[in-house]
Parts: sequence; C-alpha cells; structure tokens
Amino acid sequence: MLETVVFYALALLILGFGILVVTSRNTVHSVLFLVANFLCIAILYLSLGAEFLAVIQVLVYAGGIVVLYLFVVMLVSLRGLPDGPRNSRRRTRLGLAMAAAVLAEVSAIVVSASARPAGVPAPELAAPSLGNTEMVGWLLYTDYLVPFEVASMLLLVAMVGAIVLARKAE
Amino acid sequence: MIETYVVPLLKIVVLLNAVLVSVTYMVLLERKVIAWVQVRLGPMRVGPYGVLQPIADAIKLILKEDITPARSDRWVFTLAPIVAMVPALIAFAVIPFDKEASILGYHVALYVADVNVGLLYVVSVTSVSVYGIILAGYASNSKFPLLAGLRASAQLISYEIAVTLMLVSVVVSAGTLSMVGIVEAQRTSGVWFAFVQPVALVILFIAGLAETNRAPFDLPEAEQELTGGFHTEYSGMRFALFYLAEYANMIVVSAVATTIFFGGWLRPFPNVAALGLLGLIPGWIWFILKTFVFLYVFIWIRATLPRYRYDQLMRLGWKILIPICIANLVVSATVVVLLQR
Amino acid sequence: MTPITPYHYLVLSAALFTIGVIGVMLRRNIIVIFMSIELMLNAVNINLAAFSLQWHHVVGQVFGIFVIAVAAAEAAVGLGILLAFYRNKETLDIDEMTILKW
Repeated sequence: MLETVVFYALALLILGFGILVVTSRNTVHSVLFLVANFLCIAILYLSLGAEFLAVIQVLVYAGGIVVLYLFVVMLVSLRGLPDGPRNSRRRTRLGLAMAAAVLAEVSAIVVSASARPAGVPAPELAAPSLGNTEMVGWLLYTDYLVPFEVASMLLLVAMVGAIVLARKAE
Repeated sequence: MIETYVVPLLKIVVLLNAVLVSVTYMVLLERKVIAWVQVRLGPMRVGPYGVLQPIADAIKLILKEDITPARSDRWVFTLAPIVAMVPALIAFAVIPFDKEASILGYHVALYVADVNVGLLYVVSVTSVSVYGIILAGYASNSKFPLLAGLRASAQLISYEIAVTLMLVSVVVSAGTLSMVGIVEAQRTSGVWFAFVQPVALVILFIAGLAETNRAPFDLPEAEQELTGGFHTEYSGMRFALFYLAEYANMIVVSAVATTIFFGGWLRPFPNVAALGLLGLIPGWIWFILKTFVFLYVFIWIRATLPRYRYDQLMRLGWKILIPICIANLVVSATVVVLLQR
Repeated sequence: MTPITPYHYLVLSAALFTIGVIGVMLRRNIIVIFMSIELMLNAVNINLAAFSLQWHHVVGQVFGIFVIAVAAAEAAVGLGILLAFYRNKETLDIDEMTILKW
C-alpha cells in the first residue's frame, strides 16, 4: 500500500518536473526543475533498493553535473540571453510526430513484454550477506574491472578535452 | 505502527529543535570566543554575560523589512536561502549521538536513521547546498553577487573532492559506510581513527573549513567588506537563514568528524577497563563534548589566521590537497590489504 | 491497487524518455537540449534499476553507475564545446550553429 502511493507520487513528480524542464522559457528555471527531477529519481532508486545508486545520483548527477550546467548558464547569461523566434508550426508538428513515434515504439515493446508470460525470475538469493554497496563494489572490481578502468580513462579524457576546448585562445 | 512512524517523528522534532537552538547560540559562542582571543569581552549587556544576545539578534532580524530587488527572479530569490539551509538540517538524520539510551523506560537509539550508506549520504546532501549560493548570486540580479556566488561555489565544489576522498580513506579503514558501523569499528579495534588516519583528519579539517566558507577560506564572505558577496541583496530573515545555514554546516562537519575520527559516543580508551569510571558519563555527552571541541577549534582558527586569496585557495585545493588525498587513499588501502594477510 | 511490478517502472521510463525526445526535437536553446539528453539517460537508468530489482542481481545498478559516468563526461565535453562556440558566435540557438567553422 505504501509502496503504491510512493511510486505513483514519485512518478507524478518525475514526469511533472520533466515536462517543466522541457517547457520552461527561463533556462535557470529549467535547470532547477532538472535538479528536482534528479532528486525524485534518487528517491525512486531508494524505493527500488538501489541505495548506492541513489546516493551516487545525488552526489554526481544533482550535485555535480547540474551544477556544471548552472555554471554555464550563469556564465552565458552574464551578457544576456536573447530569446530567439519561436518554432514554425511545421517544425513543432514534425517534432511532436517523431516523439509520438518513439513513444509508440517503446510502448509496443513494453506491452508485448508484459503480455508474454513472465520469464523465470532468478531465484531469490538467500538473504544477501553483503550490503548493496559491497555487492556493487564487488562486481565493479571483479567481473567488470575492464569497463571500470575504461570509464576512468574516459573521464580523464573528457576532463582534458573540456579544459582544452573551453580555454581562451591566447 | 508506533515504532515506524511516531518514534522517528519525535526524534526529528527533538533533533531539529536542538539543532536550531544550538545554531543560534553558536553565534554567541563565536562572538565571545573571538572577543576573548582579542582581549575584550564580547556581548555583555543583554542578559547575564550576554547570554540572551542571540534572542535579541533573532528578534531584530525577524522584524527587519523584507526587501526584494527590483527585477530579480522572485521564486529563486526566496528559494535560495531554503536550499542553503535544508541540506544542513537533513544531514543530521544519520548522525549517531549514542547507540542506545533509555528514556522514560523506552530503549531508543539516539539517531534518526542508520542508513547503509550513511557517510555517502552526508556528502551527497552537503553537495546540494552549493545551489543555495549560486541561486542567491543569480537571483540578486546584479553583477557583483553573481560573480561572488560563482566564486564561492567553485571553491565549494573544489574542496568537496578532498572531503570525499578523505572520507573514502576512513571507509577503507572501517570497512563500512554506515555511521554507526564506523563507530562500532572503532570500538572493536580499540583505537580512534584519528590515530589510524592522521593525514585524513588534518585534510578533512582543512577541507571542512573551506567547505563551510570559514576563515581562512572565507573570501566569499570577506567580500562583505568590499562589495557584498552572494548575500548582498538579502536582509532580514532571509539573511538570517544564510547565516544560520553556515553555522549548521559547521556543526554537521564537526559532528561527522567526531563520529568518524574521534569515536562518536565512545569514551576515551573504550577498551581499557581501568578507566571504566568514565563510562558513567552517557555517550551522547561525550559526543557533544567532542563536537564542541571541534567547533571551538573552528572559531579559534578564525580568530587567528589571515585569509587566503582566491587563487591561493584554489591552488591549495587542486594542486596540493588532492594529490595528498589520493596518496593517502593508496597508502591506507595497501596497509589494510597487507594487514589482512 | 495492483502491486508495483517492474512494468510500471518501464512505463515510467518510457514516458520520461519521450519527454526527453520532445525536448530535443522542439527546443532551440542548446542547453535545454543537453538537459533533455540527460533526462533520456535517466530514463534508461530507471530501467536498469528496475530490472536489477526484478532479477535480484546488482549488475543493473553497476551499469547505471557507468551510465552516470558517461553522462558526466559527455556533459563536460558538450558544455566545453558550447562555451567555445558561444565565445565566437554569441548565440545559443542551434539553428545558428549550422556551419562547421565560424
């Protein structure tokens, strides 16, 4: 009962904030709605039992990436953001049609998957002796060590690239 | 039913009240201590020895006129102090004051929640408080607060890395992320982590000073003498929220440092039976005493050291502290693995 | 009410993904387009976490962490490019960003 209420409330908030992100005219408001969206998604992860993912979502996504977006918005708005002309109607209709196509495709997958009898769910592991964080860490460092190292290289490359790109030409 | 809903609710009410009162009295404590360092007396007139001064300050700030700048973003202007204050209060949910205490015959654990990822929760929540500063600078609709806000938040996110890496070093020694678990690890190993990880303690302290905008890293506030910093346009209760948020952040940093480095609620020498007499003092009193020592050192440093220039500050954070943090993490991980063999 | 199955999470994730697609298609401010891409990445993460719950295996969350790391890298580089472009062309409208060199 509580799970149902929590899920529907969170779903409403997530989708509501998502729509507000996309439709706000003021860019700073869009960024703030994005933060609220991410925080609600973090609570959703908590309700799914993914505690480590929830704190990483708040720490990295809401507390790092969106701060970066906000910084850029501030730096850009120092000179004033001009409001461009609105989209032509043809473009709006085309965009909505493509989004509808994506939604139809994804819903088709979901509906067909739910119609099929559920596959054999994995046997419930005997009460996990390790906590969620330990299991995630265990997997990261044993089975998925190579992707982990590659991800760290990726972050290093991105860091160097961002610095080089955003540097003032001397 | 009562266990899951009513008891945590009561704990939250008590905790919030205690935090807000102690934050208000931190103001008085700071003024008094700085005054004594400077060989003067501090507030003495309101109440005996100035004890009622915070109440006078609160009344003054509440009764001040509420000014909003002309073309500012009204929602964001109101939201910024809230976003600065709320994370500092939420972080108290995982701080353990004692393992168990019996109040009126009930056995209650003196913490609101023992989350498995407690330490990471504290770090992630304090990283959200950066928004308060950026939004305050933006909403003031004026160049100086905007730039000051960006500077202050750049300082905050730079030192966040040092804080997180040092907390990870402690987690490597303790083997668990839960706050209660870390204190228990200190009890079973018999020595506070301050002696196991001294480098981490020092760097956490320095980075904590920078994270809370305290001297000698308080350039964002010192701009108050120059132009105004990010809270120029704020007055009255909104300014009071920023001010109190800073002290609340200080208390959070002190409480976290107490928990992970100084044994939380454990008495000194927890495994030496000869000093069992110290065990008569309840755990939460030890906790408050240790936090108080930390806060005192915060204020002492503010009264003593001159402040850093902004580029020196950023250089310290990125070029000096982060390499030391990484080296410390590598060394402590190696030592832990070797000791396990 | 029906108990919450992973399919509820799939529907939520599909809806959030579509909102992101609408944002990318219809908005011309490039920062809003970047944020819509982040919405899409989060929708995928919700999916991964829901399946991790269904199959009682944490590998879904491990991949969620990788997605977050990639999103961070992409945001940093994308915003770097945006800043470099803004310095020269003074606009954030993607319709103006049509030539390879200014």
